[in-house]
Amino acid sequence: MLTLPAFEWLRPANLDDALAHLANHAAESLVVAGGTDAVPNLKHRLHEPRWIVHLGRLDELRFVRESEGALSIGPLVTLSAIARHEGIRRDFPSLARAASLVASPQIRNMGTLGGNLCLDTRCTYYNQTYFWRDALGFCLKKDGVRCHVVPQGRRCVAAHSSDVSPVLISLDASVDISNARGSRTVPVDEFFVGDGVHNNVLVPGELVTRVTIPAASRGLRAAYQKLRPRAAIDFPMLSVAFAARVSDGGCEHARLVVSALGAKPRRIGGLDALVKGRPLDDALGEALAEAAYRQCRPLTNVAYDDAYRHEMVPVFVRRAVREAGGIA
Amino acid sequence: MKAPRNNEPPPKGDAPRKRDAPQAESTATGMKVPGGRDMPREDRLKPPQWPGGRAQPPGASFHVIGRRNRKIEGLAKVTGRAIYADDIALPRMLHAKLKRSIHAHARIVRIDAREALAMPGVHAVITGRDLPEYFGIIPWTQDEQALCETKARYVGDAIAAVAADSEWLAEEALKRIHVEYEPLPAITCIDEALEHPEWRVNEKSSEGNLSKHVHLEFGDVDGELAGSDAVVGGDYWYEGSTHAPIEPHCCVADFDATGFLTLYSSTQVAHYLHRDLAKVLGVKAQRIRVIQPVVGGAFGGKSEPFSLEFCAAKLSMQTGRPVKILYTREEVFYAHRGRHPMRLCYRTGIRRDGTLTGVDARIAIDGGAYSSFGLVTTYYSGQLLTAPYRMSAYRFDSTRVFTNKPCCGPKRGHGSVQPRFAFECQIDKLAEVIGMDPIEVRRRNSIGEHTRTVNGMRITSNGFAECLDEVERASDWKRKFRRLPYGRGVGVAGSMYISGTNYCIYPNEMPQSGVQLKLDRSGRATVFCGASDIGQGVDSVLAMIVAEELGLDLGDIRVVAADTDLTPVDLGSYSSRETFMVGNACLDAARKLREQVAGTLAARWGCAASEITLAGGVACSVRDPERECMSVREAFQATEARHGTLGSVGWYQSPKLGGDYRGGTIGASPAYSFTAHVAEVECDPETGFVRVSNIWVAHDCGRALSPVAVEGQMEGSAYMGFAEAMFEQHVFKPAAVHHGPGLHDGPSLLDYRIPTSLDTPDLVSLIVESVDPEGPYGAKEAGEGPLHPSVPAIANAIHDALGIRCDRLPFHPPRVLSLLRAGDARAAWEKARGRVATAPVAGVGGSGAGRSGAGRSGAGAC
Repeated sequence: MLTLPAFEWLRPANLDDALAHLANHAAESLVVAGGTDAVPNLKHRLHEPRWIVHLGRLDELRFVRESEGALSIGPLVTLSAIARHEGIRRDFPSLARAASLVASPQIRNMGTLGGNLCLDTRCTYYNQTYFWRDALGFCLKKDGVRCHVVPQGRRCVAAHSSDVSPVLISLDASVDISNARGSRTVPVDEFFVGDGVHNNVLVPGELVTRVTIPAASRGLRAAYQKLRPRAAIDFPMLSVAFAARVSDGGCEHARLVVSALGAKPRRIGGLDALVKGRPLDDALGEALAEAAYRQCRPLTNVAYDDAYRHEMVPVFVRRAVREAGGIA
Repeated sequence: MKAPRNNEPPPKGDAPRKRDAPQAESTATGMKVPGGRDMPREDRLKPPQWPGGRAQPPGASFHVIGRRNRKIEGLAKVTGRAIYADDIALPRMLHAKLKRSIHAHARIVRIDAREALAMPGVHAVITGRDLPEYFGIIPWTQDEQALCETKARYVGDAIAAVAADSEWLAEEALKRIHVEYEPLPAITCIDEALEHPEWRVNEKSSEGNLSKHVHLEFGDVDGELAGSDAVVGGDYWYEGSTHAPIEPHCCVADFDATGFLTLYSSTQVAHYLHRDLAKVLGVKAQRIRVIQPVVGGAFGGKSEPFSLEFCAAKLSMQTGRPVKILYTREEVFYAHRGRHPMRLCYRTGIRRDGTLTGVDARIAIDGGAYSSFGLVTTYYSGQLLTAPYRMSAYRFDSTRVFTNKPCCGPKRGHGSVQPRFAFECQIDKLAEVIGMDPIEVRRRNSIGEHTRTVNGMRITSNGFAECLDEVERASDWKRKFRRLPYGRGVGVAGSMYISGTNYCIYPNEMPQSGVQLKLDRSGRATVFCGASDIGQGVDSVLAMIVAEELGLDLGDIRVVAADTDLTPVDLGSYSSRETFMVGNACLDAARKLREQVAGTLAARWGCAASEITLAGGVACSVRDPERECMSVREAFQATEARHGTLGSVGWYQSPKLGGDYRGGTIGASPAYSFTAHVAEVECDPETGFVRVSNIWVAHDCGRALSPVAVEGQMEGSAYMGFAEAMFEQHVFKPAAVHHGPGLHDGPSLLDYRIPTSLDTPDLVSLIVESVDPEGPYGAKEAGEGPLHPSVPAIANAIHDALGIRCDRLPFHPPRVLSLLRAGDARAAWEKARGRVATAPVAGVGGSGAGRSGAGRSGAGAC
């Protein structure tokens, strides 16, 4: 079978120890929680760290706290715990749903919220063995200089493949990020950047220490739709998260996020003008679907027909709107 | 039957390369023995005859056969105690890895392994020069070397092997073996292979990139088509797929100080592997022992020797230490031998009363870089279509070509799944044209039992008509077909398959299967047999037969299998031969001992041997079971005292079968199984997603020796067919700006999507028992036949649901959606629906009409 590369195994006892190590050795370290994504990537030699920093003992990062102000979740909470959590299911059903659609039960039992949020981008030319990538001639994300998705491209377009991230953006969530010197808070909407090599704002030495969903997002009409070939295992070929605040006067505000197409989730623009004051119905779904279709351009970065993925953008947006609106 | 017209060109590729090699495709009368001399027919082995025949129980009724017994190895597997090849670790064992080509087609200019060999812990590197001898499963198409000597023929072709202290070190050493290539133009598809014969993939081919061409015609096809009321033509594409067994290939080789080689390998053909090891390694066969440990799935993917077995052996010979090679999942995709991609063009005629007339097939087969079983595949693509339906005339023209891709071979339902898909879709289209229910069309053309096909294959038992009845009833077909709302539909298909072939891969007159049986004074029996249990349950079949004949509990029987030192030869687990052939061999061995035991007891009690019953650990007479009674242990002891040490042998060799023409034995089997499926689908016209909700599988297995094992095979087969229909694609990335051709699209179980349990339909197994006169207790095969109809039944169900014809695999959402947009699907759906009301044409009707075959016009029948 494929072997793991040689590395040193660190298991810090607390967050301070972890951050202290990363302060000096971040570039040579890989942070691992559940390991469901890291282990295959290591076997493929996509990461070749000197240290693996396992966060399993950091119980301080394993919590779900509901307060009046917000819901905060520790990054080490497993995806199955999120999918099961009563409060999350009640207040943020689209998040519970997204977590429940990741991979398989075994992987959800190991995989964590933080891991899924910081999931490495994926590409049919990247998530392959060393041998295969050697036969390819490698790519600019790892070991090579060329892009095989966009032959003239200089920027990696590997696909953001997290299920929870689009939902967190739609719910206006934020993340706390810490390093040895302190911490900062970033909206998830600004957490990702359009560079497939490293698609988030974390700089070496930083860890996500908390995910917060504001109380104001309770009561949003929200939904998550995922296109995957099989009913389990598969990463999204396309994902759609939608959330809207609806009152008697119709929609006040909405967020629509389409992902698994490029390096970062795409928040569909110009929504306020579209939704303001309109009921959450099929006509609105159609309008949103059209806007999303125009703004999205799937690439051949995942091994599924890109034209089909584009065709499915409006379909899945309509379905998300119907689901959010409770339209049968 | 009309005399077949064999239009095949003079043989080239198949011509024996050695003077004394036997004829490649012998006719039914021309079998030869090694050395080239004909064996007189009367000298041939004749299986013993048993009073009451083979289909009947030894006593008044069955005690073990037909019960829902556990597989004998089941507990060891589910408790993790079963020993697979990778569980074997010998003292001082090294680990080896193979260096593989990064080019689809390239000349190997130079291999420099000095840097690898200089690494501490690296013990040996071998290249093609160390193993120059060619091998191959079919003796007259041996075109493979364990390691490519002069050129690599696909991305992943093995070039060198390195043995090191650990797997990790071996993997690191691979990066330090430097290969200089001279890239050559690569052939990536059938058309390129035919258009560019000068870009020769495989130098052993007779001409260009031609692997095999077969053209056979039976009857007047053009006349029959011209005289038909309707003729439908169709072009089909069957995508390639691979076996994806859970267990990757693995072997451990141990060449000891005395020059004796032991090889443990995850194989399904220990005997053929034994032969090829001797040939390639230059070690006498009697100095080699092949052992097959428990195998974690094979499905045809382990039915020939592979590079790892030769390399591990050679490295063990060089280092004097045991060597293990375990393929990665990626390497399993490169070893492949999976389903051939096929382009199939059919023209099929029908009369208004539903009678099939002429069938004309042109088939192009993408074989990958080597021959494998390709000669047989090419024949099977045509030869196995001629039942369960009678056809007046039949012609097929099949061409297999070499391409720069991993070699295709036998996957469950070898060679006949692809044409079956096309043909069953053809029948559905014909039924629609004449306005007849597609089950009724199939019923009317059912060839019946004890007859002969248009290409001369002998059909004995045949439960196909009953299979149709069963799926029709169980699926509630009459209320569903053409009556479900848009988006939902049902479809039907049928098929037949062989229960072993009537020839060995290397022609000889020795038995195809042998069994030795030993009885112990303790009341225990041990079966020694070369048969290969790959999960299908042949070990359990052996135990059940012995238990039935000798009155033992299953737990009191030990099966020692697939160890060339300990067991008599069985040819292995392929072509669905094990239950039928090894079962017959075992039945003979067990009956011989049963006769001795029964004779001993009959003498003691003064009754007839036929009055002795052995069952449930007790031996008694039926006359006075209260007093004339003892344990079977005591019975064995009494028998041993009378006859001496107790042991017996049994063997099976099939009768000589097939048509009297070149290739006429290929496809000939001592018995054929029959299957019918109805599939039900729910489609989402907006996304193209098709959910197969149910498949009803009716299968005629002759007699279900173990119904639970038969159902397992039926479900597993239907699942695998469903998987090919809906998901699996063994495909390659085309050349692009920055990389060459031939890269596998995704050699992992994440990208190569086999369906999960959530995707899998509800599978309903309906066992039909026709009780074959020659099978052990009447049994026939169940492991491969039930795969075939899955694919066309689903295609036909999608048509019933959406009004589109899925003539290309797989039926995944992008394809279904594009078909929905290509034409007016809804109108086609309405039109097909309009035809359902058409009542069956008067005349031959009813469920039994096809079964007997009597009263039919007789075209094509004997």
